[in-house]
Amino acid sequence: MPKTLHIVVCAGIVPDPLQTLEPVTTPAGPGLKNEMVLPAVLDPWAASALYEAAALAAKNPGSKVWLVSLGPKAKLQQVMLTIAQRVPFELVPIDGPIGGFPDAHSTAQVLAETIAALPGLDRFRLLLFGGWESATRGAGVTLQLVGERLGITDQFQGVDQITLRDDGSFEVLERVEGGRHQVSICAGAPAVLGWATGNLAEPRNNPQIGMANMRTIMPALQKARPATLAANSLRYVSASLPKQQRTTRVVKDLSPDEIAAELAAWIGAE
Amino acid sequence: MATATLSESRTMLTLPSDSVRQILWRFADRYDLQMLVQSARGVARGKVARLVASGERNTHDWTPAKNEMLLAFDRAGITAAFMEPEEGGFIAGPKNLALSLSAFELAWVDGGAATASLASFLALSPIHERGTQEQITHYKTLAAPPQPQEQKDGQDRRPWRGAFALTEPIPYVGVDTGMLSGKVAIAEWRDGEEPWLQVDKRGRFITNIAFADFVTAAVNSADPRIKGSCVVILETGDEGSFDRGTPTKKLVHQLSSTGDPIFSMKVPASRIVGGYTVKDGVLIPNFSHGEIIEAVFRRTRVPVGLMSAAKLLSAVEPVIRYQRERFRGAEGSKPGSIRYEHGIQQREDALHRLVDVWATGEAAASLGFAAARLFDEMEPIEKQKTAILKERGVAGGRAEMKALKESEQRAIELLSLKRDDPRRAELEADPLVQYVLMDAEANVLCPATKLWNTGHGTNMMREAVSLMGGYGITEDCPGFLGQKWMDSQLEATYEGPEAVQRRQLTVTMTSEVFLAQFRAWTSGMRRIANTNPGTGACTLASAMHLWLWTLNYLQKATDPAGNKLYHGQRQGVTFALADALCWLLASRCQILDVLELEAQGPADSVAAEGLEGTVQFLSDLCHTQAAQAAGEASRICAELVFGYIPHPTWVDASHQGCFLASELADYEETMPGITAMAVDVLAADGSHPQKAGPCAGCAGNSEFLRLQNKLATCLSGARLAKDRAAETVSKVMIPEALDYPA
Repeated sequence: MPKTLHIVVCAGIVPDPLQTLEPVTTPAGPGLKNEMVLPAVLDPWAASALYEAAALAAKNPGSKVWLVSLGPKAKLQQVMLTIAQRVPFELVPIDGPIGGFPDAHSTAQVLAETIAALPGLDRFRLLLFGGWESATRGAGVTLQLVGERLGITDQFQGVDQITLRDDGSFEVLERVEGGRHQVSICAGAPAVLGWATGNLAEPRNNPQIGMANMRTIMPALQKARPATLAANSLRYVSASLPKQQRTTRVVKDLSPDEIAAELAAWIGAE
Repeated sequence: MATATLSESRTMLTLPSDSVRQILWRFADRYDLQMLVQSARGVARGKVARLVASGERNTHDWTPAKNEMLLAFDRAGITAAFMEPEEGGFIAGPKNLALSLSAFELAWVDGGAATASLASFLALSPIHERGTQEQITHYKTLAAPPQPQEQKDGQDRRPWRGAFALTEPIPYVGVDTGMLSGKVAIAEWRDGEEPWLQVDKRGRFITNIAFADFVTAAVNSADPRIKGSCVVILETGDEGSFDRGTPTKKLVHQLSSTGDPIFSMKVPASRIVGGYTVKDGVLIPNFSHGEIIEAVFRRTRVPVGLMSAAKLLSAVEPVIRYQRERFRGAEGSKPGSIRYEHGIQQREDALHRLVDVWATGEAAASLGFAAARLFDEMEPIEKQKTAILKERGVAGGRAEMKALKESEQRAIELLSLKRDDPRRAELEADPLVQYVLMDAEANVLCPATKLWNTGHGTNMMREAVSLMGGYGITEDCPGFLGQKWMDSQLEATYEGPEAVQRRQLTVTMTSEVFLAQFRAWTSGMRRIANTNPGTGACTLASAMHLWLWTLNYLQKATDPAGNKLYHGQRQGVTFALADALCWLLASRCQILDVLELEAQGPADSVAAEGLEGTVQFLSDLCHTQAAQAAGEASRICAELVFGYIPHPTWVDASHQGCFLASELADYEETMPGITAMAVDVLAADGSHPQKAGPCAGCAGNSEFLRLQNKLATCLSGARLAKDRAAETVSKVMIPEALDYPA
């Protein structure tokens, strides 16, 4: 039986990973060189959460999806030009700093306050979605902190699937070690779901959906509430990119079997 | 490098961002267009790039993989970009800029993909421009991809795709679009019923033909019961033969389908684009094929020019990466060494040549987008003009031209008025004045875009390929530069080759209204130079002045045989002058775009980051390009002004003006130093210096030499700007990798 859900997706934006990401020290702490000028994308895990939310809402008529995002509003607008063409949602932008360095507690506080103030939001229908990790720093704690601040204690991380039941409860598949899933049954909303990749393909682009979304997104961006994130006691000693490892050998006349055996051995060693 | 190092704030940080481009090309306030750009980019750098990388260009046939590209167009909104929202589109109003941006993004990766996207619009354009409302609604709705509600209902229907069949096998329609071998005759005409037509047409180089569901075909009457020519819509399901023919063995644009179809079909007369009337038993199409294609091509040529611009700009990033990484991995190139860090970019020549490619790309894009915007602005004004003239009982052709004569004079008057003249407001508010001004400009900008962007653009693509060394002509060259170079040659050819564009320019660039605008633009460039001297606007103004002087001179001058120099048949004069004009127009548009960025950039928080450096760099590119344009214009004009004057010889009377050596000795007593000044001196035995003849004088042309001399000195600073631009090219941050596969 379809349920009316209120799904809030927390999603940050991150610099396009193809860009040159060079850590630098700015007056405000660590940052990336020329970060404001670099193109941004929606955090990939959060994007999965958004697409899952939209699919769930589509299956349950009357449901609604909010996308709550904290970042510089000009960058948010740029990202929305693509994301808005995928699925219907209402953007709730918060004009704040970009990057993976702000304190997760401060970020969670701003997000929780914003969600709590959403007009028309029914907490008993609320599913709080987000990514279980982030492409910026991978701390993976912000969503949990937001849930805690909203008083939501049923939390699931590394989610790949949710199945609603007629009685309002739902089954959740969370990733565990060894490529397996842990199956849980939750009595119902409210709950926090930190998504892994889910099972859905990226939705088809649809410019009509984009136009409909942008009609509400543009005014929302213009009215975006500015937020200053307190640094609290967070202090970064250093920031660096993960080291790339590339070992190239030029080998001739190796048979396919030998190549396969060597690859298998290498994978095993890793 | 022999230039003062740029301060950090005046160095461009990264390659120009989307925010910068949106301001430069004036769509910062159009999120519908911004969305289209993003989705077209996704298709180009995703689906299309993978097709090219996997070798789909290596077959002339239309393959399932190529067909997937069309589906990607549908999903991205590229197919729907031509339609109004009520027809299944999502962009309301004029679409010239939208289609140009979409083609630009696709051509960034592959020109054939861009052509495939444009070809369906080209097929629809005759219907859109001159079709009946019923035809417009019917075909545009069929050609729109399914709506969200249709998809929800499970109706994932395939949108109709079209082909425009104008070109015919030699010796028929090609450059001269007036000659048609395709014929239409009455097949059946019963009393009180609609006539049926027999259409026989052979096409050549027809794009989209492998999968077209309908064709808009240009045909001539082969029946006294049909007057003149028309464009007819043919559908695959019509009675008769719809033979798609064999694929054309193109060396380029293999991601677009091209073939030589043969049609022999029976269709109702309601398929005549724009409808028809019947008078005295004769069917008279409301629009001839000539009237229709004129309306179509003046708009659709602009995106083609922008495709070449996209390729030039797309070459920048791969070339920079190649230059910087050229020596990495070599034994003598250790990390931290100049050779390792800068690669070929330690050499000035590599940087300067890339600056030339980049500057050309910027100028070409500026010119093309200016033309696209102009057509968008013009569309409602054109409708207003048509309504006003209709109210006055004037309809089409010569009658319209005559009726607009007065408006042309008013437009010229407007251009001559001072800024504070109270009459300006009245003239500016007149829609007919607005129309003739825009029309005169569009009639020049459109062929200029098609001609210069594709013609000179192809030459500069060769330069870009050369900057990649041997890698440039391989299939796995990052950015597919070799393919793009060759593709550009087709862009220079289709939808009217270079000769057609030059011919159009030779007529439109001499219109009184355009020349009045050109004079105003020249003054405008001087004013810009006053506030933004680093843009090269002063150099450009001097070149524009020289071009105008030359045109005026050539329009009056004759050759030694007494034949007029500026004459329709004298293409050695007129075409060359048209070429020179294109350089100037592109440079002007480039400067205007940078001024827009400087003015609007601070209000955009993303563009504002490092804006000073971006404006400085783009201004330096403008200056570099203005100097190139000035040089080209000066060379062409000098050749035309002096090239038709016979050189004096030692055997004719012209050597009578030379000094005799004995005379000079006498003169030296009263005018010391005159000997050093005299060039052509005859010895007592009549012998003379070893050269073609006495040097030519400049009688009558001294003003030209004065202007050209001034222009030469106006080049001051141009090479310093190029050095600064080169320095930025050596420092600008680029992504780690290209965002599409190779």
